[in-house]
Amino acid sequence: MSETTTSPASNGAPPNAVPAHTQTTSRRGNGSFVRNIGLVVALILLIAVGVVTSGERFASVDNLMTILRLASAMGVLAIGMTFVITTGGIDLSVGAVMGLSTVWATTLATQTMAQNSTWLVIAATAIIVGLVCGVINGVIIAYGKVVAFIATLAMMVASRGLAEIISNRQTQLIKVKEFTAFMRDSFLGIPNLVWIMIVVAVIGWFIMNRTTFGRRTIAVGGNPEAARLAGINVRRHLVYVYALCGTTAGIAAVMMLGRTNSGSSTTGYLYELDAIAAVVVGGTLLVGGRGTIVGTLLGVLLFTTLTNVFVQNNMSTSAQAVAKGVIIVAAVLLQQQFAAREKAHT
Amino acid sequence: MSRISKTRRGAVALLSAATLTLGLAACTSNEAPAPENTGSTGTTDAGTAGGNDNDAPGEKVVIGFSAPAADHGWMGVITKAAQAEAKKYSDVELRLAEGTNDVSLQISQIEGFINDKVDAIVLLPFDGDALTEISLEAMKAGIPVINVDREFSSPFAARTTVLGDNYGMGVSAGTYICEQLGDNKDAVVAEIAGIDNLPLTQDRSKGFADALGDCGLKVANRVAADFTVAGGETAAANLLQAAPKIDAIWNHDDDQGVGVLSAIEAANRDEFFMVGGAGSKNVMEHIKAGDSVLQATVIYPSTQAADGIRLARLIAHNKSMSDLVSHTVPRTVQLFAPTVTKDNVDDFINDAFES
Repeated sequence: MSETTTSPASNGAPPNAVPAHTQTTSRRGNGSFVRNIGLVVALILLIAVGVVTSGERFASVDNLMTILRLASAMGVLAIGMTFVITTGGIDLSVGAVMGLSTVWATTLATQTMAQNSTWLVIAATAIIVGLVCGVINGVIIAYGKVVAFIATLAMMVASRGLAEIISNRQTQLIKVKEFTAFMRDSFLGIPNLVWIMIVVAVIGWFIMNRTTFGRRTIAVGGNPEAARLAGINVRRHLVYVYALCGTTAGIAAVMMLGRTNSGSSTTGYLYELDAIAAVVVGGTLLVGGRGTIVGTLLGVLLFTTLTNVFVQNNMSTSAQAVAKGVIIVAAVLLQQQFAAREKAHT
Repeated sequence: MSRISKTRRGAVALLSAATLTLGLAACTSNEAPAPENTGSTGTTDAGTAGGNDNDAPGEKVVIGFSAPAADHGWMGVITKAAQAEAKKYSDVELRLAEGTNDVSLQISQIEGFINDKVDAIVLLPFDGDALTEISLEAMKAGIPVINVDREFSSPFAARTTVLGDNYGMGVSAGTYICEQLGDNKDAVVAEIAGIDNLPLTQDRSKGFADALGDCGLKVANRVAADFTVAGGETAAANLLQAAPKIDAIWNHDDDQGVGVLSAIEAANRDEFFMVGGAGSKNVMEHIKAGDSVLQATVIYPSTQAADGIRLARLIAHNKSMSDLVSHTVPRTVQLFAPTVTKDNVDDFINDAFES
């Protein structure tokens, strides 16, 4: 138990459910399939509401691409979060790390360097900042034995502060036109931002379901002691997972840079909560031991589509927040049902 | 808590109210401190000529100043402008407390001012209600308190209150849009608000709706963002999908406006014009260059604490504002929210601040 961390403060599932899902791949597959069906149904219902209430304005290719484009950064962020939550951890710092990455990547020095060479410098800077923050998180959690909730909370506060210091709390506009041009461009009719999400999602799905790394992630989350006895270097693996999550935060930061054409210490504010919500709604268990990339993406799409439908109907953000809350609770209740049922089977 | 502090009522602004003819030369950047130099800005004449001895050095006054932490552009400018204003007067000694969003710390700062027996206090409270009690004490101790921007809950807690005008921002934006759209009663007007549950956002929206109603228009589509570039971009991208054809947009806040503009450019939309809010330099550059949908912005003055410093000095000297006939400084000073367009942008742009 001392090898890893669970998140005692942040989930409603009974802690004794932890050992219940040290399971085989096939059972994980079935469970997430059933849950995904529920999500797909919810999404279809939502789309039906959109079509009925807003007609062609909603059901246009243009609007579909807008929804996907707006979902893309959150999607990438949530994929990293899926790995962390699968280990039974949590990363509260991703939103703030995004802010720090956008600021660092748009400083005068970085932009000058980018102008003298290539716009990729901006992207690389943001991703490296994310990666480094993730590694620091991982080391503190795995080797410092600090609970993930606290360690990443500290990172959240500190990186937001550092972002404010670097930017002097000002919005830093991107002057490198090639960067913005690429981010606003599309390929085969699909925005480049969406392509980035697709690539990250495919890689994420492959790692989670088809590699040793993915199996270890699930094993560490299911039962860290058993994972350790099975010869997995749990600590090192945790560092890798948090590093991966930090990297996706960096990539999401690049995408936000493209969308807003600027870096700001406020970017990513509360994104960690949206990411966690999407992951949990998607069917990944907060106690760890099971993760589904497809579910996470469906969760993100559900929330993004929800916002779009509400704006299409000119409804207030307050009503939207209520709907979001209802969806989260419903999803977690459903999830607990599954956890209880599987425990009964074990 | 810190969320509240981010509720910028305007990212950045400048220039004091034309209505009050304070004629401030408020900004830090391009004005050398010069005690005898009053307004050099393009507002009306501030009565600097003969007959007005308000700027003549008098008895030394100690003014205590406290404001929230400078965690966004507008708030940063507040303190800088106040400092610059104090420097212009050889008879003013400014005691500057460090900006804080901790209410109890700000209360103890005021306690310190009372113990030091300063001559006046200029206070932009982090939370008006929470700072009311200690301000009452200061007033009882005979120290006039000048309340800036966020109002106390008791009228006895301040000698004078300097306020911006959120409702007026909405009115100015709505009036400008009415003028531009003329007789087109079917025009589609959209609104991108800030954080929706804040009173300041509600005031702005109400002023906007009232002004539009005056010319028979109404807000067809309304979305709320959160004063951040990312929030502005998301809200605008969805809005543009919800409204395939728009005639005018008012965006409450120029800081989130960076994201709004990015979404508009990404969607290749330019059939409408946009009015900003607060008055950042970046927005004014767009207005001046005419290279975007931005045609105007309405200002929420960031010089109100500087106004407070000057009023504090006058009150301590037992004088009144030079263009008023009455013998004392007014109880309440509400600043105007002027509309900046291509025609008058040059009056404002040099004092605008980066968002």
